[in-house]
Amino acid sequence: MHQVTKLPGGSSQLFVGLHLIHEVTSPQAFAALEEKNIKVRCPERTVATVDHIVPTTSQQRPFEDPLAEEMLSTLEKNCKSHKIQLHGIGSGNQGVVHVMAPELGLTQPGMTVACGDSHTSTHGAFGAIAFGIGTSQVRDVLASQSLAMNKLKVRRIWVKNKLSHGVYAKDLILHVIRTLGVKGGVGYAYEFAGPAIEALSMEERMTICNMAIEGGARCGYINPDQTTFQYLKDKIHSPKGEEWYNAVKWWKTLASDSLARFDDEVKFDASKIAPTVTWGITPGQGISIEETIPTPESLEPSERPIAKEACKYMNLKPGNPIKGLNIDVCFIGSCTNGRLSDLQAAAKIAQGRQVATGIKAFVVPGSEKVAKAAEKLGLHNIFLQAGFEWREPGCSMCLAMNPDKLEGRQISASSSNRNFKGRQGSANGRTLLMSPAMVAAAAIKGEVTDVREMFSPSN
Amino acid sequence: MTTNFPDGRITLIKGRCISIPGDDIDTDRIIPARFLKCVSFTALGDQVFADDRLELAGNHPFDLKENQGASILVVNDNFGCGSSREHAPQALMRWGIRCIVGQSFAEIFFGNCLALGIPCGVLSKPEISLLQELIGRNPQNTWEVNIEKKYIKDDLNKIDLEFDKGPHNMLISGRWDATSQLISNKNELEETMRSIPYLNQFKSN
Ligand code: SF4
Repeated sequence: MHQVTKLPGGSSQLFVGLHLIHEVTSPQAFAALEEKNIKVRCPERTVATVDHIVPTTSQQRPFEDPLAEEMLSTLEKNCKSHKIQLHGIGSGNQGVVHVMAPELGLTQPGMTVACGDSHTSTHGAFGAIAFGIGTSQVRDVLASQSLAMNKLKVRRIWVKNKLSHGVYAKDLILHVIRTLGVKGGVGYAYEFAGPAIEALSMEERMTICNMAIEGGARCGYINPDQTTFQYLKDKIHSPKGEEWYNAVKWWKTLASDSLARFDDEVKFDASKIAPTVTWGITPGQGISIEETIPTPESLEPSERPIAKEACKYMNLKPGNPIKGLNIDVCFIGSCTNGRLSDLQAAAKIAQGRQVATGIKAFVVPGSEKVAKAAEKLGLHNIFLQAGFEWREPGCSMCLAMNPDKLEGRQISASSSNRNFKGRQGSANGRTLLMSPAMVAAAAIKGEVTDVREMFSPSN
Repeated sequence: MTTNFPDGRITLIKGRCISIPGDDIDTDRIIPARFLKCVSFTALGDQVFADDRLELAGNHPFDLKENQGASILVVNDNFGCGSSREHAPQALMRWGIRCIVGQSFAEIFFGNCLALGIPCGVLSKPEISLLQELIGRNPQNTWEVNIEKKYIKDDLNKIDLEFDKGPHNMLISGRWDATSQLISNKNELEETMRSIPYLNQFKSN
């Protein structure tokens, strides 16, 4: 339906229903358009926000960092001159692009969504075809509201049963990536399905699709259902009145039926998944909290060199448990786990407890809307009383394009999505990925902890 | 680094090779995130592999004297994985890379390279090892990557390269510049837009 035409290279020209832009990957695209004197084709189908470079302590303008200030003012200028809607700081709608767009009801089932950011796969949680693009494709979408795309194969990831208490969507996806590998999804879209997926909330589904890209898949996808429609009802950009009913009617026809054929299928059992933590330098290097750092012999020969490199970089010994590993910094936030339910899960652990001495712990809501909702529930007070910092929305320490960074060899427990070398701002900084509740637990104990041991009988 | 950026048909690249050994080299390593804070790509050439280079204090392939001016990058498996940043191929291109040969490439990275006119050719694992060994022995050697005929060769060796068919066509015909192609299909785009439910109040279709 979105195919405009076939292109000479063999790929398809695909219409893009929703184009999201931010300050990092758009300026060069706009510059290229201006160089060639090309106009934005459908300015009303592009929506902008600012997330990567914003400081999370004071968002006073001009920013302290002149480069960050320049990036934001360039985005402001570009949006203004091309008549693109920008949800800037203080608008009430600003946030990490993959958090704010769904919240506003911009992402809808059956849409094609593109954004100059690899975690655009997040939006597939709505039954949209959503993928990350590079800056040159951002330019293409601005210029033509379309892009060249090759057909992807589809692998269905079927997950039966349901997650146990203290095990979250993040654990599920870390487990999937660990099992299928960081390259397992290359050339594929990952469609997540099965009872365990159907039982997830929209926010949890977004966490899953968000990290499909870390498994090598270009897109994540989940069939739209009642949960999806419920979430979208009455959002700012959701269809209203008569249109809403027609929309739901159409959305219901989108779901791939149970007889659909997939290029590949893999099955998991959610009840067998434990809290999962990465120990290495790729998101696929994960183990359950009960396991030990893998020995080279226990790995496929092809995985051994990178495991060795990881152990050296992380300063970890094969055979040692991950549980009990001391940490320095705790970060709760990002487009993977910076939504309200994530903060709620973390607050439950933080409530009435204290962050261990010497640990820097901070919470960065994924958007202004998340911040507001959390404050309404008093979550910020729970965090503050426990010794966490409560910050302004942005990408923060998910990547180091703003003042939030690791220092030196610091090791973080992080609810974000990437543990690559240097990802969090220090060239030799170290990252352990885990669920927000696990990060909160690590903050309290000062070490990697099994969050399941921290629930009181009442929660 | 005097060569111009890619333009038009891309059929032949001649130059010295530089090898970056290792699987799964991600785009954070090619260009660390802190350098993305730029509104133009100009300075990226100096910042390519910044952290790895810092760590190796002058001994990184991109710093070694014999590699300066090389234009063919030789890599291993899953090169360019991780973040979608186009800054990665941009940084390589601005350093002087005009062509990459490797065992496999991450998808978005591959697409970003294509959009810049940088061919990514594929060799098998043993062929890459052989090539890397040959380069190691004689970094000054000039190689020729023939995109059109799909091989890489020097005076003594010739190895067949693999290219994906679509991208290969686009490179050798000069149609890798996607923007103009896409804009030109105006009528088809409008027709498509008329049939998409969410652009038409979800009226029954
Ligand atoms: S939160 Fe992290 S992964 Fe998400 S958009 Fe921001 S930098 Fe990218």
